Amino acid sequence: MTPWWRDPTLRPAIVACLTLSAAVGVFGVSFGVGSVAAGSTVLQTCALSLLVFTGASQFSAVSVIGAGGSIGSALGGALLLAARNGVYGLAMSRRLDGSLGRKFLAAQLTIDETTAMAVAQPTRRAQQVAFWVTGVALYACWNLGTLIGALAGSAIDPKTFGLDVAFPAGFVAMVWPLFSDPRARLAALIGGAVCLLTVPFTPIGVPILLSVLGVLVGLQSPANAPNSEVTQ
Amino acid sequence: MTWTLIILLAVGAYAFKVTGLIILGGRSLPPVFERCLGLIPAAIITALVMKDTFTVGQDLTLDARALGIAVAVIAAWRRAPLIVVIVLGAAVTALVRQL
Repeated sequence: MTPWWRDPTLRPAIVACLTLSAAVGVFGVSFGVGSVAAGSTVLQTCALSLLVFTGASQFSAVSVIGAGGSIGSALGGALLLAARNGVYGLAMSRRLDGSLGRKFLAAQLTIDETTAMAVAQPTRRAQQVAFWVTGVALYACWNLGTLIGALAGSAIDPKTFGLDVAFPAGFVAMVWPLFSDPRARLAALIGGAVCLLTVPFTPIGVPILLSVLGVLVGLQSPANAPNSEVTQ
Repeated sequence: MTWTLIILLAVGAYAFKVTGLIILGGRSLPPVFERCLGLIPAAIITALVMKDTFTVGQDLTLDARALGIAVAVIAAWRRAPLIVVIVLGAAVTALVRQL
């Protein structure tokens, strides 16, 4: 069999995986800048990207702590966002081969982008190549971007350049594609409203936890038909 | 940011990944569960936008950030690339602060 990097049928997928990884590297820069702007050190910022390696959770934790929230509320919101990687793991476990050690390595790389690139491929071999190429390239780009951003962010005054909105602006770009689903729009509306309504009355960070109420939209099955599974 | 949070978050995030990929393996969750988990990012990320745009601590505020984010929303709606959304949002916020 042709090695994967020389297989012409795999080339378009590999190019797409590398392009996506480079784009995520730019996002890593904005994480680095925003994280030091929110009061983390360069070392802490890099540790988050190296060890946690799931963007939305990292942004959430830094944002809540930067606003003065407790460790508990920062952790809660970030872990809620990390839970979906468990669902991606379910999807990937049917597609990945290899030893248990290899799977423990694959687990750290199981995030939005690697899962999306893998499940989009037509063959099992292409799925595995897409997962590993995206995983390794994205890990490198995300961490390099984080380091560059953290160093740049600590060299300037972030507020002068409006960089304190790097996070919310990045969140806007992250969440916008989800709104093609009407139920995601409703969940977002509820989540956003719950957050703003509870900010004055609850400790900092707790409104982010309460916003998860928006997911109750998912209790209703898509067809709006009565469904036995909902009541179980 | 504290190292305690970084360690706890690293362990917790990895635990979710391992649970799905290795412990539960190829099993599937009840559909209602998958639907609710799938809606978490929309609900929480939107809440984070609200918090980072309209609050300082426990106070609701309206300042330069609101205009910056409004422009970021328009850019995202026009399908601008991520970096353009962020730079426009930051630039507008910085400009309004200079006025």
